[in-house]
Amino acid sequence: MTGRVLRGVAAVVVFLVSVFPVYWMVLTAFKPTRDIQAETPTFLPLSLTFEHFGTAVSAQGFWSFWRNSILVAGGAVLLSLVVALLAAFAVARLRWKGRRGFILMVFVAQMTPWEALLIPIYVIARDAGMLDTLWMLTLVYFMITLPFTVVTLRGFLAAIPVDLEEAALVDGCSRAQAFRRVVFPLLAPGLLATSLFGFITAWNEFAFANVLIIKDQDDRTLPVWLSSFSNTFGTDWGATMAASTLFMLPVLLVFLVLQGRVTTGIVGGAVKG
Amino acid sequence: MTTTLTRAVERRPPSTPPPPRRRRTSWWPYLLIAPTVLATGFLLLYPLARNVVISVHEFGLPQLVRGDARFVGLANYARVLADPEFWAVVRRTLVFTAINVVLIMVLSTLVALLLVRLGKWARLLVMTGLVLVWATPVIAATTVFQWLFQSRLGVVNWALVSLGFEGYRDYTWFADGPATFGILVALIVWQSVPFAALSLYAAMVTIPSELYEAARMDGAGAWRVFAAITFPMLRAMFGLITCLEVIWVVKAFVQIWVISQGGPGQATTTLPVYAFQVAQSLQRYDLGAAVSMLMVLLLVLVLLAYFRQLYRQEEVS
Repeated sequence: MTGRVLRGVAAVVVFLVSVFPVYWMVLTAFKPTRDIQAETPTFLPLSLTFEHFGTAVSAQGFWSFWRNSILVAGGAVLLSLVVALLAAFAVARLRWKGRRGFILMVFVAQMTPWEALLIPIYVIARDAGMLDTLWMLTLVYFMITLPFTVVTLRGFLAAIPVDLEEAALVDGCSRAQAFRRVVFPLLAPGLLATSLFGFITAWNEFAFANVLIIKDQDDRTLPVWLSSFSNTFGTDWGATMAASTLFMLPVLLVFLVLQGRVTTGIVGGAVKG
Repeated sequence: MTTTLTRAVERRPPSTPPPPRRRRTSWWPYLLIAPTVLATGFLLLYPLARNVVISVHEFGLPQLVRGDARFVGLANYARVLADPEFWAVVRRTLVFTAINVVLIMVLSTLVALLLVRLGKWARLLVMTGLVLVWATPVIAATTVFQWLFQSRLGVVNWALVSLGFEGYRDYTWFADGPATFGILVALIVWQSVPFAALSLYAAMVTIPSELYEAARMDGAGAWRVFAAITFPMLRAMFGLITCLEVIWVVKAFVQIWVISQGGPGQATTTLPVYAFQVAQSLQRYDLGAAVSMLMVLLLVLVLLAYFRQLYRQEEVS
C-alpha cells in the first residue's frame, strides 16, 4: 500500500518537474504585465491577455524571421527527402558491391559533431561569398538531416514486403504503377514522419544560423532572433515568453501529429538503425 | 524522382524470388547513391578536411581576408596543448560531462523503473510530460530557464525566499560561476532525461515478467532484482545510451553559448565553447580549428565505444 502511494507521489513529481517550465512559459505569455511583476506569482491562469503575443508579433522583422525559418527548414527537408529516398531505395531493395561500406558511411555521418565544423564552414562560406545567404544555411541543414533521413527511410522501405509489389505485377500493374499504387501509399506515413522530424531539427538549429548570418539581420532565423531576446524585448518577459511559445508551437504540432511513432518508431530506428 | 525510381525498379528481373537476386552488376545503385555521396563529400568531408588544413596554417583575420596562410605544421596544436587554459577547459568539460551523464543515467533509470510499475493512466500522464520536454526546442528552453532563474521576478528565487532562504532575494544566478554551471547542468539534464528514460523503458518492457516473478519468489528485494536481472539484461542498452549522452553533453554548445557565452569569467567554458571563443572573439581560426580537432578526437574515442556497443546489441537481438 505504501509502495503504491510512493509511486503515485513519484509520478506526480516527475510530471510536475517535466511540465512546469513549459507551463510557466505559456502561463507567463498569457499573464497581464502587472501579474508578471507582482511580488507573489500566481500559478493559475486567472486573468488572461493576448497583449504579449501582440508585442511579439509586431516586433521588428518578426515575420521575415518566421519566413526565413520556414524556407530554410522546408528547403533542407525537401532536398534531403529526395536525395535520401534514392539512396534508401538502393540500400533497401538492390544488391550491389560496396553496400555495407555505404551504410557504414551514413551511420558515421549521422554522428558528426557539427559543433566542431563551425569554423571551417564559416571560412568556406566566406570564400564562396555565401555568408548571409539562406542558401548556405539550407545546404548545411540538408547535410545535417540527410544521414538520419537515409537511415529511417531505409528502415521504412525495408519493412514493406517485396511480395506486395510482385503481387501487383501479377495483377497486371507495370513497375511504375506498382511503385506508385503499392509502395508509395505504404511509405507515405514514413516519409511524413521522417520529414517532420528533419524539419524540427532544422527549425531548432542555432549554432550555424548564428555564425553564417551576421551582417544581414533581416536574414536571421527565429532561434537566433529569440536567443537575443533582451535586445528586442528588454526585460519584457511576457513578450519573450510569448515569442518562445510561438516558436515552440509548430514543433508541438509536429509531435502531436506523430504521437506514438515518435517514441516507438524513431527511437527504435535511431537506436537499432 | 518517381520516374527515376520506377525505372530502377524495372531494372530488376520481373518475378524472380527475393534474394539472392544476383545479376550482372548494374550502375543503377551507384547512380541512386551518387547524390548522397556527393553531398557528404562536399558538405561534410570537405569542411572536415578544411578544418585540418586551417589547423596546420597560421590563419587569423588577415589570412581570412587575403588568403595567404603560411604552413606552420603542428605549431598550433603545440601552442594549444602548452596552454594551461586549454587544460582547464578540458578538465571542466570532463567534470561537466561526468556530472551531467551520471545525473541523466540515474534519473532516467529511476523514471523508467517507475514507468514500468505505474498503472495505465499514471504512465500515460508521465510519458506525456516527458514527450513535452523532448519536444521543447533548445532555444525555447534556454529562454524559459533564464526566466525561471531571473533575479527579481524569477519564480525560483521567490520559492527559495518563501521557503525561508532569505539570501536568495534578488539573487543574480548568472553573475556567479558555480550557480550558472549548476543551471546549465539542470537544463541539460532536464532536456536529456526524456529520451534516455523512454528508451530504457521501451527496453525494460521486453524483459519477460517470469524472470521477475521467479526472483520475487526467491525473496529478492527491489535493488536485488535490478542488480541481478534488469541491469544485466539491458547492459548493452545502458552502454549505448550512456555513449550517446556522453557525446551529446561533450558537444553541447547552444545551451551554454546562449545562456552564458562560457561565462561568467570562464566558469562554463567547455571545449566547443572554447573553440568558438578562440575563433570568433580572438579571430584565431587556426587555434580554434586545432581545439575543435582535438575535441573530434575525443569524440571519436567515445564513438568507437558506441559502435562496439551497437555491434553487440545487434548480435543480441
